[in-house]
Amino acid sequence: MYWEPDKECMDREELEQLQLERLQSTLNRVYAHVPFYRRKFDALGISPEDVGSLSDLSRLPFTTKEDVRGNYPYGLFAVPLREVVRIHASSGTTETSSVVGYTRNDIKMWSKLVARILVAGGVTKDDVVQVSFRYGLFTGGFGLHYGAERLGASVIPASSGNTARQIQIMKDFKTTALVSTPSYAMLVADTIREMGIPVSALSLKYGLFGGEPWSEKMRQEIQDALGIVATDNYGLSEVIGPGVSGECLERNGLHINEDHFLVEIIDPKTLQPVPPGQAGELVVTTLTKEAFPMVRYRTRDLTSLLPGDCPCGRTGRRMSRLAGRTDEMLIIRGMKVSPSKIASLLFEIEGSEPNYRIMIDRKGAMDEVTVLVEAAGEASYGQERRHVGTTVEMIRKRLTHELGVTVDVKMVEKKALQPIDGKAQRVVDNRKL
Amino acid sequence: MLRIKNLESGYGRLKVLKKVSMHIGAGEIVTIIGANGAGKTSLLRTISGLIPARSGEILFDTKEIGRMPPEKIVFCGCSLVPEGRQVFAPMTVKENILLGAYPQYRRKRADQVRDDVERVFGLFPRLRERERQLAGTLSGGEQQMLAIARALMARPKLIMMDEPSMGLAPLIIKDIFSIVTRLRAEGNTVLLVEQNAKAALGIADRGYVLETGRIIMEGTAEELLSNREVQRAYLGRDLDAEGTM
Repeated sequence: MYWEPDKECMDREELEQLQLERLQSTLNRVYAHVPFYRRKFDALGISPEDVGSLSDLSRLPFTTKEDVRGNYPYGLFAVPLREVVRIHASSGTTETSSVVGYTRNDIKMWSKLVARILVAGGVTKDDVVQVSFRYGLFTGGFGLHYGAERLGASVIPASSGNTARQIQIMKDFKTTALVSTPSYAMLVADTIREMGIPVSALSLKYGLFGGEPWSEKMRQEIQDALGIVATDNYGLSEVIGPGVSGECLERNGLHINEDHFLVEIIDPKTLQPVPPGQAGELVVTTLTKEAFPMVRYRTRDLTSLLPGDCPCGRTGRRMSRLAGRTDEMLIIRGMKVSPSKIASLLFEIEGSEPNYRIMIDRKGAMDEVTVLVEAAGEASYGQERRHVGTTVEMIRKRLTHELGVTVDVKMVEKKALQPIDGKAQRVVDNRKL
Repeated sequence: MLRIKNLESGYGRLKVLKKVSMHIGAGEIVTIIGANGAGKTSLLRTISGLIPARSGEILFDTKEIGRMPPEKIVFCGCSLVPEGRQVFAPMTVKENILLGAYPQYRRKRADQVRDDVERVFGLFPRLRERERQLAGTLSGGEQQMLAIARALMARPKLIMMDEPSMGLAPLIIKDIFSIVTRLRAEGNTVLLVEQNAKAALGIADRGYVLETGRIIMEGTAEELLSNREVQRAYLGRDLDAEGTM
């Protein structure tokens, strides 16, 4: 089953012609409308007219997360704000987040791409789709919602949280497809077990999960516990949100929507393309976006392009499931959390030096984050206990607020956080993916 | 059917087309929209071989036609209905039509010409009525029909039309455009260059927006119609006025 067979199964030569046309028109537009790109191109002495083939893409400058932040909030928009009908932002609540916009055409196109991914994952217009991604600035909820509506499925905008109620809805509304992060699916599975509801009481058939890396073992557990076929899908707000790539029922890698996104895999150190098939950092250029086009965005996600054709008939190349990230960015409950951000926040808060350790555990299905902070003075735990209590509470509130993820904070004695193997261990990730 | 990569051409020292890439699939109506002087006519003239391509490639089916003289390009099956009709005024309607069949004579297909004349007369009954009239005495709309009929006589696989609506009354434009739709229904492929973007996008499958010799947008007709930049620049919609409604 395909949503747009003529696009998803396009002949390679035809696809590359279309990619070149769209790349050239995108470059003409960003050069004319986004001062940031014009400056960067001019600095390298490159103009859109120098791009005559897909391989010329490598002559263009990269765009990084820092570039997006540096142009907060609207600096990278290629259309006036009045043409923008939707604004989303990536994790973070301050000017460190990436703000992205969509025109009416962008929303249509995005919905179409998400519909492709839903269909690839087994969903049809007859399905009841429960979207348990958070609705809000995060692209996951609305992205999947519009795609499922476009497909014609019956969409339940359940959002995240209140798992017992979600399960009740799942049972009563006869949900056939669950859309969420994989860790939320694990939580649903655990809660169903605790509530004593047999899987046979549910109507679930498919699960489409994304927003964070997850292992094959986790897939197996989710599939067994919920009696579903679970597929992985990928996207990021700087590029569009969900809809960049997704698995078909073969579950052998994520088909990239190559008629809308041009992908490269580079070595994050040398910034050169890796040999075909090797793992590296995914770099994405958008080909059809109007409001927020992206040229060579460094995703910091590690993947590789898989060789060979897929039995499903789609010709879009497949990327392997995420192998991690190039930076120390942590993905916690689907949210990106940067340890350096935690450090700078600790700096700002009076009474604590930035000697810290972030502990991440997975309790049941949920990620739990504890930040251990060394006390500033020589004062031991016994003294000024009350003061320590308020400081901890303040840090906890501030971090939770700024990061968008609930964190626990514990204050430990000075010098309690000894280096492990000679290196300061800022992050201890005990999750078993 | 037609695949163009990085096409550049111009007049003298003036470069008009800058790395233009586009394609047309068999059975499609594709339109090029753009303002006066954007390079639309230059694009058609370059594809037709009337002005030389400086660089880039033009693949018609699988044949490179970028360096061919215009008559060879017509033999390959790629015909132009030029801007301003360019009918032979002192000749009759029938003679103009028969001139268009020249490639068929060269292909030793002269036996088909009689049927082809019947076919174009079927498509344009007004021309049959004026068969013996001098082309120069026809109305603008009739001359446009004649120019299309003449191009069809070569049995092209791709028919390119340069501003067929230019200078015509709205009712006649409707007629001409319904002929274009009918040509597609009969299996023809059409590349339509138009300043009347609204009418062109109304019948096209896809389109490209050309601006100062560069393609700045590609999309389905529906996508281009709902693009606000296209609406403002080429469809004459006053968005600010609408916003206050």
